[in-house]
Amino acid sequence: MTRETAIRAEGLVKHFKDIKAVDGVDLEVPAGTVYGVLGPNGAGKTTTVRMLATLLRPDAGRAEVFGRDIVEDAAAVRTQVSLTGQYASLDEDLTGLENLVLLSRLYGFGKPAARSRAGDLLEAFGLAFAAGKQVKAYSGGMRRRLDIAASIIITPKLLFLDEPTTGLDPRSRNQVWEVVRTIVGEGTTVLLTTQYLEEADQLASRIAVIDTGKVIAEGTPGQLKSSVGAGSIKLRLHHTDQREHAKTVLAEALRAEVELDDDPVALTARLLPGQDNAVQGAHALSELAKAGILVDDFSLGQPSLDEVFLALTERVDA
Amino acid sequence: MAFTDTKTSTDQDAPAPVEKDRLRKLLAQGERPSPPSAFASARAFAWRSMLKIKHVPEQLGDILIFPIMMLLMFTYLFGGAIAGGTGDYLQFLLPGIMVMSIVMTTMYTGMSVNIDIHKGVSDRFRTLPIWRAAPMVGYLLADVFRYAAAGAVMFGTGLVMGYRPTGGFDGVLLGVGLLLVFCFAFSWLWTWLGLIARSEKTVMSISMSILFPLTFLSNVMVDPATMPGWLQPVVAHTPISQLVDGVRGLFDGNVEASAVITTLIWSAGFTAVFGTLTVRAYNRK
Repeated sequence: MTRETAIRAEGLVKHFKDIKAVDGVDLEVPAGTVYGVLGPNGAGKTTTVRMLATLLRPDAGRAEVFGRDIVEDAAAVRTQVSLTGQYASLDEDLTGLENLVLLSRLYGFGKPAARSRAGDLLEAFGLAFAAGKQVKAYSGGMRRRLDIAASIIITPKLLFLDEPTTGLDPRSRNQVWEVVRTIVGEGTTVLLTTQYLEEADQLASRIAVIDTGKVIAEGTPGQLKSSVGAGSIKLRLHHTDQREHAKTVLAEALRAEVELDDDPVALTARLLPGQDNAVQGAHALSELAKAGILVDDFSLGQPSLDEVFLALTERVDA
Repeated sequence: MAFTDTKTSTDQDAPAPVEKDRLRKLLAQGERPSPPSAFASARAFAWRSMLKIKHVPEQLGDILIFPIMMLLMFTYLFGGAIAGGTGDYLQFLLPGIMVMSIVMTTMYTGMSVNIDIHKGVSDRFRTLPIWRAAPMVGYLLADVFRYAAAGAVMFGTGLVMGYRPTGGFDGVLLGVGLLLVFCFAFSWLWTWLGLIARSEKTVMSISMSILFPLTFLSNVMVDPATMPGWLQPVVAHTPISQLVDGVRGLFDGNVEASAVITTLIWSAGFTAVFGTLTVRAYNRK
């Protein structure tokens, strides 16, 4: 089955004075998925999103959202998308309820319908208790939720979430993730920008890595990870003085490179590609046990996106 | 213990968990009302400004206290020197000072547009499928309400001080109406400035340097006949002088049709030129 394309961007460019904020970005986002745009601060993520959401005109290149041109047909694009910006897109002087009623009215709901939609959303997002409070009194997590609630007053076909969890505590972050999964589950496409690799890994089915205004890699999280290696085994030992011994045992058992970490009881073995990681892990553990080395903590994993990211950006810098 | 107390209260304030089933139901409704009419969206924005007045009533203070101060100061400080008595001077001054102080308060519009445009909320408004000028018209509609309030307060104060409009109730209403029409039209200059200026401070200093000469170089305080010959025609033809002539005529009961018509033409001009520039700047942002 060929999926509908939510976003197709070709060579998007945006300059601010002499800074090339976005320098030729191509994207192809399949409908009905979470697409992650990953990059450090200042990489051009927000500028890209603002162009796609019709808030900025590109200096060059073109893009379509569900087949509608973002410049020529901006009004049609606006009927399909919602944006939750990096800084809460809410009126701080108004209460949570007033914000949602105002926006519902602006989407065309009549007064009673707007009030009931706003009330329902506040309930669903666990914010009913703060309906009558001014938004300036909301915590960061509450603002984010209200902001996302405002973005789904009308279920959008495409939702832009620009760094939705930056600055949130872990509990609020998990709640935002839950919301994102629920929204995608109902068929909305989500374009999510983030500087957290874990977030992209958790939510996105495809990721574009952006650095200095360019897409430097694109693929599924798995593809990106396997581009830098097969994975690794991480160990924490019970005794510091057994570390050298453990290193020799592992190197022999796995025929792999073993590194000593900064933490004096930890070491990491990089697995060779083409073999089953789990089998190798089990083998490593049994060899260590035979050698009488006590292991406190053991983990087996694919390379983290952190490693992917570092590897990619180093390649570009070189 | 104070420490434990604060902790408990934040716990109580913590939001309830997200209710995924409810959320799913809301998403699935997929109700899509047709976009609001231009008028309905402008009205929604006007409602927003009124809510802001409700939540931040201080902003009304500026707009109500400043005109009263102007009225009291000019009448009692200069009345004797300029007209030989405060009573006569008040009769001459009130329509003009009402124009001056309300026109001066229009600059707050530009500042609030500028503050708004730098906040995330304007991003959201700009991704809505609504009439592009609606947020601006919304501001201006709410501002007209504030100007009307300021006009009423000034007029009330004037009555207490001894002002008597010979044009009667209808004349006063029409005069204030003319003033409001002009202010609505003139404010497009500020919405445009608010959109293109870098900060609210820039907006303020530019507005001041336009408003001071524009309002003082007029017939508000004194009869232009007392000015040097070369200055008289300049002063007589500024939009503010025309507006003051119109309002004064309506208040006094000897309507100057040409001044009223000129004011309406100026108003149409301001709306056409700066309204267009505002919408263009808004689309460019």
